[in-house]
Amino acid sequence: MTTNHYTLKVNGKEHQVADAWAGESLLWVLRERLGLPGAKNACEEGECGSCSVRIDDEVVCGCLVLAATAVDCEITTIEGLAPEGELVDVQEAFIEAGAVQCGFCTPGLLVTIDKLLETNNQPDDLTVREAISGNLCRCTGYGRILEAVNLAAAKRREATS
Amino acid sequence: MTDIQITSPVSAPRIGESAPRPDGVPKVTGTFTFSSDLWHNNMLWGGTLRSPHPSANIKSIDISGALAINGVSAVLTHTDVPGSLLYGLEHADQPVLAADVVRYEGESVAIVAADHPETVRRALAAIVVDYQVTAPLVDPEAAEQAEPIHPDGNLIRRLRLRHGDQNIQGEIQVEGTYEVGMQDQAFLGPESGLALPSEDGGVELFVSTQWLHSDRDQVAVCLGLPPEKVRFTLSGVGGAFGAREDLSLHAHLCLLALHTGRPVKMVYSREESFHGHVHRHPARMWYRHHADTDGNLLRVEARLILDGGAYASSSGAVISNATCFAAGPYLIPSADIDGAVVRTNNPPCGAMRGFGAVQTCVGHEAQMDKLAAALGMDPVELRLKNALKSGDKLLTGQTITGAAPVAEVIKSCVDHPSTLIPSDDMMSLPGGAGRTADPHHIVRGQAMAVGFKNLLFSEGFDDYSSAICHLVDGVATITCACAEVGQGFVTLAQQITREVLGVEEVILAPAATATVGSAGSTSASRQTWMSGGAVQKACEAVRQQLLERIADQHQVNLDDLVLVDGQIVSLSGNFSLDLATATTEPLEADIEYHHAPTYPVDENGQGDAHVSFAFAAHRAVVDVDPELGLVKVVELTTSQDVGRLLNPLQAVGQLEGGASQGVGLAVMEEVLVTEGRIRNASFTDYLIPTALDMPPVEIAAFIEQPEPGAPFGAKGIGEPPSISSTAAVVAALRDATKRELPRVPVRPTDIVQLEDDTP
Repeated sequence: MTTNHYTLKVNGKEHQVADAWAGESLLWVLRERLGLPGAKNACEEGECGSCSVRIDDEVVCGCLVLAATAVDCEITTIEGLAPEGELVDVQEAFIEAGAVQCGFCTPGLLVTIDKLLETNNQPDDLTVREAISGNLCRCTGYGRILEAVNLAAAKRREATS
Repeated sequence: MTDIQITSPVSAPRIGESAPRPDGVPKVTGTFTFSSDLWHNNMLWGGTLRSPHPSANIKSIDISGALAINGVSAVLTHTDVPGSLLYGLEHADQPVLAADVVRYEGESVAIVAADHPETVRRALAAIVVDYQVTAPLVDPEAAEQAEPIHPDGNLIRRLRLRHGDQNIQGEIQVEGTYEVGMQDQAFLGPESGLALPSEDGGVELFVSTQWLHSDRDQVAVCLGLPPEKVRFTLSGVGGAFGAREDLSLHAHLCLLALHTGRPVKMVYSREESFHGHVHRHPARMWYRHHADTDGNLLRVEARLILDGGAYASSSGAVISNATCFAAGPYLIPSADIDGAVVRTNNPPCGAMRGFGAVQTCVGHEAQMDKLAAALGMDPVELRLKNALKSGDKLLTGQTITGAAPVAEVIKSCVDHPSTLIPSDDMMSLPGGAGRTADPHHIVRGQAMAVGFKNLLFSEGFDDYSSAICHLVDGVATITCACAEVGQGFVTLAQQITREVLGVEEVILAPAATATVGSAGSTSASRQTWMSGGAVQKACEAVRQQLLERIADQHQVNLDDLVLVDGQIVSLSGNFSLDLATATTEPLEADIEYHHAPTYPVDENGQGDAHVSFAFAAHRAVVDVDPELGLVKVVELTTSQDVGRLLNPLQAVGQLEGGASQGVGLAVMEEVLVTEGRIRNASFTDYLIPTALDMPPVEIAAFIEQPEPGAPFGAKGIGEPPSISSTAAVVAALRDATKRELPRVPVRPTDIVQLEDDTP
């Protein structure tokens, strides 16, 4: 296999990726080479959103992006959503609202919702449902997740008012 | 949204409060370790070669090409299995690796360990298997008469249930044939694990599962090792819903680690996951209901056939539930029910949330609506008139001694006002953003359904859980092998410990076979009762030891001492000691908790086979585009019999989540199998509800009637939400379309029905 060396900037920190096969996805490199398993691998075909990460300002499926194409970008994963030892509003809201069960969809949802609230801190129900419709959850039926988004949006409005 | 009051606890929440999950912070920060996140120095990657044929004889397997690939450490086949080749949850009938025959598409044939998943894929492709393809047996109704496809035969289990006077005939009779498709559990965390060889020649496995000890016992036999040399530890579980009750990669990983002497990790792809675990049994069901002209149910006849697929798994228990609960939560004096589960070359079926009862609820509730129509009676009134209550007899002859608030769940559910807000946004229409529906042609339907099933294991199974409570310096540590799969047992274990011991801090030790006895399976809505009960008893034993010690040390009367809010005090008021001071010397209790005995059923299906039952009702509102066959479930309302609510917030999560799986089965979820082959093994083609598909779930009521014999009076609540939700949605679709819709999931073609067969 042809291998590459490149640098990825993840959660504000530069990581050297050595001897990587060019076909490796960003999800794979994050999880298996950089020790960042927060983004999840529920389908690895872009259908479930459990691998959602941010590349610059876009939320993408980490499984559909080749890691080697994400050089010179700011990559943010669930591990970088809050400073170490702290929680941001959406994370707090997920715990308070009971939006976490098995937790496998949680990192992807948090990255997606964080981005949604960044652009719209007063989303209506349908807007939220559409924004998270690419993130499958099998445990909750979404009720507590929607509640958590409302809670987090309120927290964010309060913080910015 | 539901208007159930969720109170945030101030500190150290106990029973009845919405305690937060102890694993909440790691799960929202991405630091919680799921089984697919495991990693070890020097580890290899494992992979599985699966049969491309549903039925074939294996003439030869050539692994030389795979072994020659650089980076490949092991290629193993059935000849490398040192112990028993066969395993199984109820009957050992499934090969660890196929030897001379494959019986379903996806059956494991060979396993590989290599340095990179890509090397694994190339090695798997280089294994040459010479198959002699044979015609698959795919029709469950033909299975019993067909040539056996397994030495154990094609009938896995038949249960005949005869109850009451067999000559009763009702003046009003309704008949129907119903079908339920194959559902997938579709948990998000793929099957995965990491095995490590041990210095004593044994093996350690970190894995996501529902029942560690059963897995360990089954694998030890296949490895030819004593159970104590096979150590299984629970890793983070990304959902289960029944699909992890059977072994998947467990034995394979252990074989590879033992063979290579290195750690081996394996993770199934989503496609592989569809082939690598059992599904919900597809069912064909014929019913005839008899009633008098006043709407009193007199007799039910039913013929049920479930497709078990290639191997037995938990089919025996599934057909038992289907047969016992075939007619629903109604008092019926006479019944003749014949349930059979058969072997075919279709994918193996086994446990999924509410098994047996989910399928039959679709049938019995359709029949109740038909009967109401034949009687000219309101369907709710018909159900209330025949609703089971405590003291009534089931079709198995068993008297219900616990709570049976059937009328209460029905009434509170249908009386709950709808909170549906009309929306003219096209996203709210059937078909959604594609705007394929013409809003003026949308028809609305509404209906309800009720269902029930047994809690805990039945039919004489010695069902138990084990827990150890260790108390030192005022801190309790609980060790229990109960599989936390997302349901929140870890939260309850802390609440129960605080309740009994009055401690603030409760540490939960890892769930592992090496440190504690079996907790039994996280299934059958049983862990709140069984492992909750084990934790309660272990804490109570420690409390007793503590009070005895204090009475002895301080020369106070034992009967005078109580433990209240972290203080040991005497009722007479002259003695007080705080818990931390009293427990500088550790105390420990290791207990096994068994539920009340149950008994096998006799040749007529009669017997006290079950411990307890739980009931739920759902009301569904649907919008339908009758021209395009598109549907949208717009509201669900539910009431559930919970015994006693231990954690309101987690209970809401179970009711909402269970209902979403019911909605999925009603309108979208089916593993499509043609000639034994799965056609939609991906989330692209196997659709589960998204946030846009799922309606709000209104919780009309938690019916709290404490269950005698249950710890804290609480019933398990995981399964009932998935039972009547499907039936309610289908009934609402019938209301909207006026079609019979005898099959779930309801497909667009069933609604449009270009060839009209409206009854």
